[in-house]
Amino acid sequence: MFYREAGDFKTSYAADQQTFPIAFDRWSVRVVIVFACLVVPFLINDYWEKSILLPFLIWSLAALGLNILTGYCGQLSLGTGGFMAVGAYACYKLTTMFPDLNILFVILLAGVVTALVGILFGLPSLRIKGFYLAVATLASQFFLVWLFNKVPWFYNYSASGQINMPERDVFGIVVSGPNAEPWATYLLALLFVVVFAIVARNLTRGRLGRSWMAIRDMDIAAEIIGVPPLKAKLSAFAISSFYIGLAGAMFFGIYLGAIEPTEAFGIDKSFLVLFMIIIGGLGSIAGSFIGAAFMVLLPVLFKNIMVGSFGWPTDTVQHFIFMLVGGLIMFFLIVEPHGLAQLWRIVKEKMRLWPFPH
Amino acid sequence: MSPLILNTIEVILNGLMTGVMYSLVALGFVLIFKASGIFNYAQGVMALFAALTLVGFQTGQIPFAHLINVVFGTDYHHWGEGMNTVLAIILTMLVMILLAWLVEKVVLRYLVNQEPIVLFMATIGLAFFLEGLGDLMWGANIKVLNVGLPSGGSFWWEDVTKTWASEGSDYYGMYIDVLDVWAAAIAVVLVIVLTVFSQYTKTGRALRAVADDHQAALTVGISLRAIWVVVWSIAGFVALVAGIMWGAKSGIQFSLSLIALKALPVLILGGFTSIPGAIVGGLIIGVGEKLFEFSVGPLIGGATENWFAYVLALLFLMFRPQGLFGERIIERV
Repeated sequence: MFYREAGDFKTSYAADQQTFPIAFDRWSVRVVIVFACLVVPFLINDYWEKSILLPFLIWSLAALGLNILTGYCGQLSLGTGGFMAVGAYACYKLTTMFPDLNILFVILLAGVVTALVGILFGLPSLRIKGFYLAVATLASQFFLVWLFNKVPWFYNYSASGQINMPERDVFGIVVSGPNAEPWATYLLALLFVVVFAIVARNLTRGRLGRSWMAIRDMDIAAEIIGVPPLKAKLSAFAISSFYIGLAGAMFFGIYLGAIEPTEAFGIDKSFLVLFMIIIGGLGSIAGSFIGAAFMVLLPVLFKNIMVGSFGWPTDTVQHFIFMLVGGLIMFFLIVEPHGLAQLWRIVKEKMRLWPFPH
Repeated sequence: MSPLILNTIEVILNGLMTGVMYSLVALGFVLIFKASGIFNYAQGVMALFAALTLVGFQTGQIPFAHLINVVFGTDYHHWGEGMNTVLAIILTMLVMILLAWLVEKVVLRYLVNQEPIVLFMATIGLAFFLEGLGDLMWGANIKVLNVGLPSGGSFWWEDVTKTWASEGSDYYGMYIDVLDVWAAAIAVVLVIVLTVFSQYTKTGRALRAVADDHQAALTVGISLRAIWVVVWSIAGFVALVAGIMWGAKSGIQFSLSLIALKALPVLILGGFTSIPGAIVGGLIIGVGEKLFEFSVGPLIGGATENWFAYVLALLFLMFRPQGLFGERIIERV
């Protein structure tokens, strides 16, 4: 009824090539963004910020990054935690070295630094692929975390080995440190997520995104028809690491505020993000968001139900969630390898025809 | 000999022993990969699960005791004094066979002909599932495993090596854990048994046929599903042995499943399809990381064992992507 392209005539090339060609899609995205920008900040409180909205936004960004690399370019990476650590430490070093630099630029620069590191660790992908590459990215995971633990320069020689985010503001509004208001940190994270989700969406529709997908589907064939694997793979690594670096910088800067690398950026974080994109949908921008929402909300939900209502001990619930997540991963790979995003696509197909069956 | 040389020899020997332990885990990977083309990430968690189950049987724990107590408000923990170690090992093996059957029945059957990377991710899911299941069944506390193997330093070896040192130097002999020697011996026996099994028995030949060509094996009447159950059971057996060894060495805890990650660089060095490769790769990684920690570690802050194996594998891959003994990778469009 509402969701259809019939009658929606395009009269210019710009209109024909816009990001969301179907009017209903376009409007629902706009409504969601406006709602998130104008309504949510007035309703948000500390609990919603710290345990749901901020983690959701930050993990979405990380999932977007990994989805570019794994979902679009087909390079499996288990080094997400390590790259997030690079983003966090770059953010810390930059903001302590240049205290007057605006935090927005600090986070962006942290992303750039991570992108450079990503290119370095992406170099082996030119020669190896599949799970051989996964092992190579494990090297980045363990090496980077070790580096941040052992080289005192990275944590400014602090006695505890931790890094702590100093108080920073954007145009006079405090966004980091203990005095930050929930709506301020939320809006900052939202800004980055919205802007870079749109960028990612358009990147994947363009020449670069198509070259990634060509490499993913069959790299040798892609090489033969003239897609340069060097450029495609390294750009995927760079852009993916940029996103993950942003996520790491925000994870440290505006979400946690104080971080110890082994605990905050362990291998479990790499798996968490990988699970998000498997459950959400490999090679789908919307899937990254759905997956992140799923993996952030699932533990919160179960904790509330089982600990809150049934009074189960926390560790039992924790083990239960582990089993559930593992089971869901297998379930999705068997039943719907394209993840929740594919279910959403099927719903949209049905909506196009509704209320007529054909 | 000067103490420095003797110390180096000691480091190398200990590295070899650690390498054997890595090989034990890597062996399970190779077996499954050869027969089904699946890279089984869950191998390390299977070792953890096997060890947990073994201790559970040994000490007479009730499975899911926590869950039962929480749901029904009871307070059960043990059903008796526990049982004989041999009986417990046999029962654990039965549990692992049941697990292999379930994995085939519930998961693998539906993933035939999928891409290897999808299968790999499915086994990551399996690893998480087993980890949760193991903790839920037997509790998450660190457990001590005692199967009657001797452990501790060898005094005899210490005395022998003390005489090797040059006159006047204060050298106290080498430290070698007896348990490590046992582990090495058991690994050797295991490899021999597996080789004999795959060379001379009917099932073993069927296994090799499946490894060579799935379709050809099907046409001569080999049941793929039965073979997969057999392979996963054997991998479960190797996991049990690895779990016993690692468990006796460092207690049964979550970090046991992380040795699965250490087995990855071992496999890359040795090649995914070669049993001798798994052994040699394990030894190289074991010796390499101990020597590196001994020589370079103190200069750059120590704890290099965390990443050395991966970086070594990374460098190695740059020059020889198929590993030391792997088959040459030929790519076609």
